[in-house]
Amino acid sequence: MKLIVNDREYEVDADPEMPLVWALRDLVGLTGTKFGCGAAQCGACTVHVDGQPIRSCVTPVSAVAGQKVVTIEGLTGKVAEAVTKAWTALDVPQCGYCQSGQVMAAVALLTATPKPSDADIDAAMDGNLCRCATYQRIRAGIHQASQTLEG
Amino acid sequence: MRFLAPKPSPQLSPALSRRRFLVLSGVAGAGLTLGLPIASAKAQPAASAAQTPFAAYLRVAPDNSVTVLSAHMDMGQGIYSGLATLVAEELGADPAQLRVEGAAGNPKLYGNLAWGGAVQGTGGSTAIASSFERYRRAGATARAMLVQAAANEWKVPASEITVERGVLTHRSGRRATFGELAERAAALPVPADVPLRDPKDWTLIGSESVRRVDSADKSTGRQTYTIDVKLPGLLTAVVAHPPRFGGSVRSFDATAAKAVKGVVEVVQISRGVAVIAEHTWAAIKGREALKVEWNLDTAEARGTAELMEEFKRLAAQPPTAVAARRGDADKALAGAAKVVEATYEFPYLAHAALEPMDAVARKDGDVLEVWGGHQMPDLYQAKAAAIAGVSPDKVRLHVMMTGGSFGRRATPDADVIVEAVECAKAIGWRAPVKVLWTREDDMQGGRYRPMYLHTVKAGLDAAGNPVAWKHRIVGQSILANSPFAAMVKDGIDPTSVEGVSDSPYAVPNLTAELTTVAAGVPVLWWRSVGHTHTAYAMETMIDQLATAAGRDPVEFRRALLTDHPRHRRVLDLAAEKAGWGQPLAAGRFRGVAVHESFATVVAEVAEIAMDDRGGFRVERVVCAVDCGVAVNPDQIRAQMEGGIGFGLGAILHSRITLTGGEVDQSNFDGYEVLRFTEMPRVEVHVVPSAEPPTGVGEPGVPPIGPAVANALAAAGRTARILPLSRGAQT
Ligand code: FES
Ligand code: FES
Repeated sequence: MKLIVNDREYEVDADPEMPLVWALRDLVGLTGTKFGCGAAQCGACTVHVDGQPIRSCVTPVSAVAGQKVVTIEGLTGKVAEAVTKAWTALDVPQCGYCQSGQVMAAVALLTATPKPSDADIDAAMDGNLCRCATYQRIRAGIHQASQTLEG
Repeated sequence: MRFLAPKPSPQLSPALSRRRFLVLSGVAGAGLTLGLPIASAKAQPAASAAQTPFAAYLRVAPDNSVTVLSAHMDMGQGIYSGLATLVAEELGADPAQLRVEGAAGNPKLYGNLAWGGAVQGTGGSTAIASSFERYRRAGATARAMLVQAAANEWKVPASEITVERGVLTHRSGRRATFGELAERAAALPVPADVPLRDPKDWTLIGSESVRRVDSADKSTGRQTYTIDVKLPGLLTAVVAHPPRFGGSVRSFDATAAKAVKGVVEVVQISRGVAVIAEHTWAAIKGREALKVEWNLDTAEARGTAELMEEFKRLAAQPPTAVAARRGDADKALAGAAKVVEATYEFPYLAHAALEPMDAVARKDGDVLEVWGGHQMPDLYQAKAAAIAGVSPDKVRLHVMMTGGSFGRRATPDADVIVEAVECAKAIGWRAPVKVLWTREDDMQGGRYRPMYLHTVKAGLDAAGNPVAWKHRIVGQSILANSPFAAMVKDGIDPTSVEGVSDSPYAVPNLTAELTTVAAGVPVLWWRSVGHTHTAYAMETMIDQLATAAGRDPVEFRRALLTDHPRHRRVLDLAAEKAGWGQPLAAGRFRGVAVHESFATVVAEVAEIAMDDRGGFRVERVVCAVDCGVAVNPDQIRAQMEGGIGFGLGAILHSRITLTGGEVDQSNFDGYEVLRFTEMPRVEVHVVPSAEPPTGVGEPGVPPIGPAVANALAAAGRTARILPLSRGAQT
């Protein structure tokens, strides 16, 4: 099966039902995407497929064959830079385990909505759990990245 | 990806080692490695006790990098950044040139000084207290040696050399970096008793501009955890565990499991049956196909409802131990003008760290390597060694950054580590094995914050002063049947009663009683341990007394804390910043709580907004913390924010229940935790202090529950059965 990840093509020998998260982590070898629940409950496994954030733990690898998958390792561009810069400046992460998913969700949000309101942020981020409860800094990070993008 | 650690160099003679303070290691240039055993980049062998203690704590490399070797695991609490700050301050380094790695395997070097120094471990919010002197001294000594090396080289007095941001400068203008002098400095004798900097000269300790060492890696997916370990030929295992605690394998049929493509082996281990596969998905599918007959004859068969009934029955009987007694609480209650009573129920709680439990084991020759969350490394090293049949010094622990822990990685029976080593052994050590628990395994794997019942009776005299307090706690002991059972004295597990038996409130007659119950549900410390429940009972009861006395809750507490200035200080600060006493909008209510845990005192004021459907939202939390010297003020704030969110999620939503001995919850849908939209606005105020630092990882948790409950009480609602989402309470 052909997978396109971060603009590179991979031929993977996977059961069509294998969730994308395991194909990425175990077969392609990109471990930035994390496994947290396997049930679309936490958002740790968030990747972009054709620009949209999806939960790779409940997405069969066959469902994205031939589509453009972007993982945290392949994030590029102004929005991604603004987000990681804000995250670092504000020291958003604690254990960091959820943060690949948080950053993927935040980049998708800011790409679609460069000036999000708090309600926009709530809607985009509520599915991403952080057991360290870094939520306040995530919100601040999104606002800060949004300001950078404006300026 | 982690590069493979070079094989440790042969040990130098103790005499030579002692002279080598700085261990020089080039990541690629093996020729630069002066071989103290500690020099191997990732594997920390059981270092020789003969070497200077300082060599264990930092390395200065010719590439100008400074590597701090942490005696404490970083599970997100930021201790790596704290240690980097301590070292950089004394060393005169540029914080940007520092990196931090976990180190383990030698309690002589890494023993936790806050626990007496004999055991290495991370817990009880002790890491900064244990490290404050140790890591500053390591930095100061290294600096003295670098300065001496420059003085020798330039033939000038050492006193004419200054050090700033990783550069040594002589007043003549000659300069050198740490890296340039590292090798020569390493050859010098280690000076004793190098003075530490005067706190007034600190530029990094206490600075707002110092950032975490790991934020960039954690914001870009580069940080690796145990789950990410890559090794040639690595296999992944998932383990079928008994459906009830205390069960075991009777027999199993692996035929269907082995037919799953990618499954390599199915083996019985001490804790269940492991399906070992080429990758995670095959292991998961293989386990689905596996058939296991369990022996549940001696397994726990009770549910939490029955257990709580049992607790209630026991609460009505004499206790098994008295943890504290002053005055005569019974007599004072009999003579009290007003008596207030309450019964509290606290559920089992899962840690539910976002990285599920995992570990990796590999044995090559007679050396066993274990990658994992080594929160109690000495214990894990011994367990792993016993399984592999090697001596503990042949076990190298790779201390990984963990995706949370909240106490779960400090498991005395080393559960997931045992599983990884047993799996690798079961296949004849022919490949490294990673054991990964799925979320369901993790949620149902036990080691919960124990369930507790508290009954409290307190009395006021005619003037409204508390004169009597009778407190009974019923629940399981965390320490009994653990390697720490010796800490249970006269039947009192201090982790069951801490926060009650040592209450700071000046109540003249107090009895704290304990009834310890045996149950098959494995229990463990959970971020702030006993204080998770004791603070809730104490601080809501105090509020009730204040209400019964017709007094303001802050003023009422202050009057009972005249001997506790730190408590008063944080209480006053939180109250002031929260606008305590000022009017609130309709439907808004405030509640306050103050609690000391792990030598740090925290007060929190919660402001809630009631909605018209009987629900509420925590809108704002103002927190004041006194943790001694603030090493990294922004990280203190981060830990308070996180502790508040963590504790709030628990009191709002979280509980583990069992039915017929089986855990009912399996994932974050059934076991709910705080979500993004529920996070209140948190403001943290750090009390300036010159006292030695105390921890901040846990102490933010205890006050949030009672602060919210007290706000609810102000709104006319009582909250004595947790979590609050269990509906209307009377
Ligand atoms: S791992 Fe996919 S949502 Fe949790
Ligand atoms: S930073 Fe630890 S789970 Fe989010």
